[in-house]
Amino acid sequence: MTEHVGGLDVARIREDFPILARTVGDHPLVYLDSAATSQKPQVVIDVVSDFYANHNANAHRGIYQLGEEATERFEGARATLAGFFGAPGPESIVFTRGTTESINLIAQGWGRTFLRPGDEVLITEMEHHSNIVPWQMVTAATGATLRYVPLTDDGRLDLTDLESLLTERTKLFSVTGMSNALGTITPLADLVEAAHAVGALIAVDAAQLAPHHAIDVQALDVDFLAFSGHKMLGPTASGGLYGKPAVLETMAPMLGGGEMIHEVFHDHSTYKPVPYKFEAGTMQIAQQVGLGAAVDYLEALGMEAVRAHEREITAYALERLLDAGATVYGPHDADGRGGAVSFWFKEVHPHDLATILNEDGIAIRAGHHCAQLVMRRYGVPATARASFYVYNTKEEVDVLVESLDKANAIFI
Amino acid sequence: MALDDMYKEVILDHYKSPRNKRDLPGAEFQCHANNPLCGDEITVFAHVEDDTVREVTFTGAGCSISQSSASMMTEAVTGRSVEDAKALAAGFRGMMAGEVEPDEDRFGDLVALKGVVKYPIRIKCAVLSWDVLQEALEGAGGASGSQPHAVG
Repeated sequence: MTEHVGGLDVARIREDFPILARTVGDHPLVYLDSAATSQKPQVVIDVVSDFYANHNANAHRGIYQLGEEATERFEGARATLAGFFGAPGPESIVFTRGTTESINLIAQGWGRTFLRPGDEVLITEMEHHSNIVPWQMVTAATGATLRYVPLTDDGRLDLTDLESLLTERTKLFSVTGMSNALGTITPLADLVEAAHAVGALIAVDAAQLAPHHAIDVQALDVDFLAFSGHKMLGPTASGGLYGKPAVLETMAPMLGGGEMIHEVFHDHSTYKPVPYKFEAGTMQIAQQVGLGAAVDYLEALGMEAVRAHEREITAYALERLLDAGATVYGPHDADGRGGAVSFWFKEVHPHDLATILNEDGIAIRAGHHCAQLVMRRYGVPATARASFYVYNTKEEVDVLVESLDKANAIFI
Repeated sequence: MALDDMYKEVILDHYKSPRNKRDLPGAEFQCHANNPLCGDEITVFAHVEDDTVREVTFTGAGCSISQSSASMMTEAVTGRSVEDAKALAAGFRGMMAGEVEPDEDRFGDLVALKGVVKYPIRIKCAVLSWDVLQEALEGAGGASGSQPHAVG
């Protein structure tokens, strides 16, 4: 296997990921489902184990040495994340168990506090269910209205009518930075400007974007950014929400309990300052520490190189898939999209495709990818999806295409 | 190879040439379900007379397992009494749960679906049309009319 791909020494990187040495039956694992969850480098696994083996205690409570060590590592991870996203400081990063919880926190903490009948929340038809359902819930509860930016036939946001959708009635525009179903990269800078021009806040679902693309929240001037650690080489249950400190200040907590309080009386309690106000109970301490190590790993690779690798592999995959006769959804240019590629291969149902490919050790996703609005928009019940990340090679794309032809032969 | 177990000739045959795939206007019973997890959806129509399932048809779209199972179901059930049809459905589900050894005389082509048991996630595809049939026949032998509604 070659390869430097887009500036990444993939052969070297693969050695860092123990699971890639696995076989599935007789075949080497070809893992093409990083959009669902990413694999973990040994260093992340080690940091989590090391935390439990040597530094485990509850954070923010122990006056003893171990407690200090745990707190230092936990808060250290928070500072690492703040740096990674170009945030003003660690206090602007709320730890959560991932993007879904983060968006729910915006909906409950901000939405419940501020939305009134007549107000509008704008999202898009491209969204993952986690950036749809919380808004359905909070607009139903507050009497506000939920509206959608439609999609073009080639899988991008249809912004021709944005002026009528984004108005002074719009209080929040919540949009993905990169679609998990179509791969589309949205024009965030333009969307931020449009939202702020009408006095709306803008929230970004960065679950797919953060692992693949450098993000500077202050340069972008977003009000919220939600991310998932497990999609960016971190442990499951790690992740968080960036919020502009001034906006976070105005929000009510979603979860109440220990740690987020200052004083508790019979009839009321006072809360800690941001971000601790939003971190009730014992947090996913070890996991967030692991996420800090994952971010260090990504920064060592360099996000420019990560993006360049993705662009190159995706371009190659698009070319080979289209050549082989697949129908690919979403933009066909690798500059306008990330590495999540949804497709149909001839007449083979995605479910059948995924089952057959599994026999060759290939892991792809089949289904609606938590994006039923997308599926309905393009008239398909489901799609097959291959998604690439820093440890994938062009050879793996070749294995995928070969298996697709084999699958098709069964059904001819 | 395990894949051969699942994609047996008979399954592929039913998938490529599904039997009884059509509407049944005037059917006394019908029921609809979809499995949004994978995109399989199905409507089963049943014409029942004198407590016998005279005709069963289906419409819908989905993966090879769900569609071939539906096709086989229509052949296996047609002509049986309502009670026997329900028993067959229970037996089929038992086979898919690995609890019942398939009797080829009784199940016919359906035994080909036993291979699906090796792929637990696909079992739901195989039993979908049978669950829908069961739902549709709930009202058989008494209640008139039919109401399409979603099944689990």
